[in-house]
Amino acid sequence: MEFTADIGLEVHVQLKTKSKMFTRAPYHYGAEPNTLTDPVVLALPGVLPVMNKEAVRKTVLLGLLCKCKIAERCKWDRKNYFYPDSPKNYQLSQYDQPICEGGEVEIEMLGASRNVMGEHRMVQLTRIHLEEDVGKLTHFANDSLVDYNRAGAPLCEIVTEPDMHNADEVFAFLTALRNNIVAAGLSDCDMEKGQMRCDANISVRPKGQETLGTKVELKNMNTISGVRNAVAYEIKRQIHAVTSGEAIHQQTRRWDPVSQVTTKMRDKEESHDYRYFPEPDLMPVSIGAQQLKVLAKELPELPFDRQRRFMETLDLPYTLTSVLCPDKELADFFEEALADTGGKVAPKAVANLIANDLLRELSGGEEEGRLPLSACKLAPAHIADLTVLVEDGVITKQIAQTIFTEMYATGKMPSTLVEEKGLQAHSDDGELESIVREVAADPKHEKAISQFKDGNTKAINSLIGPIMKATQGKADPRKIQDMLAKVLG
Amino acid sequence: MSDIIQKTAAELSQALAAKTVSAVEVAQAFIARTEAVEDRVKAFNSRDAEWTLAQAKASDERRAAGDAAGPLDGVPVALKDILAVKDQPLTCSSRMLENFVSPYDAHVTELLKAQGAVLWGRLNMDEFAMGSSTENSAFHTSRNPWNTDCVPGGSSGGSAACVAALEAPLSIGSDTGGSIRQPAAFCGVVGLKPTYGLVSRYGLAAFASSLDQIGPFARTVEDAALLLQAIAGHDRRDSTSYKTKLPDYRAALTEKEGPWTIGVPRECFAEGLDPEIKAAVQDAIAFYEKDGHTVQEVSLPMTEYAIPTYYILATAEASSNLARYDGIRYTHRSKNAADAVDLYFKSRAEGFGPEVKRRIILGTYVLSSGYYDAYYLRAQKIRTLIRQEFMQAFESVDTILTPTTPTPSFQVGAKEDPLAMYLNDIYTINVNLAGLPGISVPCGFTSSKLPIGLQLIGKPFAEDELLAVAHRYEQAHGWKDAVAQL
Repeated sequence: MEFTADIGLEVHVQLKTKSKMFTRAPYHYGAEPNTLTDPVVLALPGVLPVMNKEAVRKTVLLGLLCKCKIAERCKWDRKNYFYPDSPKNYQLSQYDQPICEGGEVEIEMLGASRNVMGEHRMVQLTRIHLEEDVGKLTHFANDSLVDYNRAGAPLCEIVTEPDMHNADEVFAFLTALRNNIVAAGLSDCDMEKGQMRCDANISVRPKGQETLGTKVELKNMNTISGVRNAVAYEIKRQIHAVTSGEAIHQQTRRWDPVSQVTTKMRDKEESHDYRYFPEPDLMPVSIGAQQLKVLAKELPELPFDRQRRFMETLDLPYTLTSVLCPDKELADFFEEALADTGGKVAPKAVANLIANDLLRELSGGEEEGRLPLSACKLAPAHIADLTVLVEDGVITKQIAQTIFTEMYATGKMPSTLVEEKGLQAHSDDGELESIVREVAADPKHEKAISQFKDGNTKAINSLIGPIMKATQGKADPRKIQDMLAKVLG
Repeated sequence: MSDIIQKTAAELSQALAAKTVSAVEVAQAFIARTEAVEDRVKAFNSRDAEWTLAQAKASDERRAAGDAAGPLDGVPVALKDILAVKDQPLTCSSRMLENFVSPYDAHVTELLKAQGAVLWGRLNMDEFAMGSSTENSAFHTSRNPWNTDCVPGGSSGGSAACVAALEAPLSIGSDTGGSIRQPAAFCGVVGLKPTYGLVSRYGLAAFASSLDQIGPFARTVEDAALLLQAIAGHDRRDSTSYKTKLPDYRAALTEKEGPWTIGVPRECFAEGLDPEIKAAVQDAIAFYEKDGHTVQEVSLPMTEYAIPTYYILATAEASSNLARYDGIRYTHRSKNAADAVDLYFKSRAEGFGPEVKRRIILGTYVLSSGYYDAYYLRAQKIRTLIRQEFMQAFESVDTILTPTTPTPSFQVGAKEDPLAMYLNDIYTINVNLAGLPGISVPCGFTSSKLPIGLQLIGKPFAEDELLAVAHRYEQAHGWKDAVAQL
């Protein structure tokens, strides 16, 4: 029997704001435990929440980015439950009036090869709401410790429809969502820092059956690849269970990244009664049409839109755009460099230098992960200057390689390096002619020259290396060839 | 009896300004008075005389340097033990917070400090402001200075008793369903619950967030106006705090003269009203008529539903507000817990008293899935109707007049049935549901020499007019000059 899997995600994204969701206490990753607190975070008697407007603004931006319907009016609700990571023992969230409803995220499936664009489709969203994060518990043999630094940080919850059907789609969705959010500057979405977290609801049904199967919730996935592996495993597990005649129980399962399996955490016999009610300490939020218009202007071009533009108007190949566009910083860097060339250089030459040479340096030979652009000493002007020098014939491509390494290490402008080291391309024909004659006179090339004279044009290629060496690489190989033909002809 | 403690806050303010008395002398007089009568009144949970005297000394130094902060500089004010004062205990009269010391100041505390008020002790109350007699305090029951066998009312019983016993000229309380006005009536002092949103709740341990308001206790309407002026105003830390230009409340007492149209709800002389209170309130109505104002009957039929509505909404909010007292961070923590979940159960079982538990259970129930619509949502709708009914009445009247309580103070231990206790709030509770300002002013005594309170209810943010209407009555009667004999 063939099966269809249905996967819906709940993605939590920590918004990048200076202060927490309902108080001025700061939030950032990696501080000493319990140093980012205040009376409000600790829920001391008498404290009250005050809404962080910037977090609401960023959530509306996220909603606009995902083409959601933005609520004209929304409110805050208390979600009541006892847990030591929640200082108030209720969480401020949005129950029946989220800021954003509906929406979609464009994803790209894997292509036939790395050089071919894959199929694009939309994944439907249910809603996006804003809430506050909880603290972090660490369990020991006899004790548990709690760190409230994270408690109260603004957290967006993005809920999708059960609109994905395999692990690759889930991977593509999370990648696209992350790229969009990072491009808009709303969050850094670093899963390992907990800035983006994902739970997955997975069910399987016989192909052709309309109703969805019993869903299982997956937790504890800490990387996007981890989500892909967990979802793939869980789909297989469920199909295996169903085909061996076992029933799927509604339960929560935990992904174990070490042994790469999911294990049961708890059964969901009855859903938790959170006793939601409207938060009396906060006023409802209204978002005006005028405000939406202003915010819409702040939206960045989405990575996929940018990629299409690069391919269509700049004539860049898919392979280069698929490197540049997912990373807004990199794509911005490219566009700035291109603009700095003043239209003198083909976009592809600029893109190549960034996508190949610059990224190779930044990754330092590692397979995965690289330094951010900000870690290097190069500005777009460096790239522009270098490509213009080559385009104008001031330096050769070979010299350009040397200069690239040099400027990456020192941050000096290419023009300066060319000046300092006298690396200008050989332009004195008289000097080149005497070097060519000198090399040609060397008896060890006698055989090649005679072959050349017999009509084997390729035979003189063995002279180009020694000539190049004698010019210290500053001569254009084509010019050497012409000169050889002239001298020997 | 020292002549200082007999003075009103306004008189003390004047004497301090004229330097005929020092803030230290004033503080010493009230400290001495408290030492003399407190074993009978039991208004305070804790006192820190050294701290209070240090503030008084600082006040004198400011005045000597010509830097006196305002009319309250050097005047003692005692706070209900539910308002945060930095480095002072904040117990809410609960075992749960018995050892809690606040690391921060409430907004009201900050304002009072900035205006040079000399903060005196922490006043007893019903646990977490739940009750009408202070009998629900985990520590002790405060006594009514007029008859120490009787309760001072509640929940702000300590705040009312300390002013009536001349242990402080002014005090602060909080009112969720009558917790300022009812004890003011029982103790024969003035108590004002401002419009919801006029005084910031930041630093007031929450009972029911949508109903709680902080307000003043004083022996005269003028003193209440003085203290209201000091604590009212917008605060960005309370999102329900209202941005409005404050009137000069004390000036309004004489500037606003009416004539006013005073509404008397048809429903307020219903069954259960003590005949002596009824007579006193009817005398007050007659006074206003004779004074040239119009008295008109109004109808507030939804009043019938005020108590059940209140006990659904207030307990729902309380069940959530009190969830933070969990044994994990700063509260009482059980020493007998077997595991984490048991720690919650045991800490809360040991830390909360029976009335608090009763209300948490009720509030949890009304919010539960399947009951929410029938209770909470319905109660919200009735609340809206109650407010609309008031607003409609205010289209034809300026102020609404009722008794503050259906009965005078009762003996300690007399009301064991919680429902009988809840009925104490029948005249005050709908004012909280509607978010309106209400004041209780002394309006005579019963034959057994227990004070009677007259309640006046005003339009939203019309405290200036409300105080003026109350002042008019007070000035024509001698009740404010009566002092409890201890």
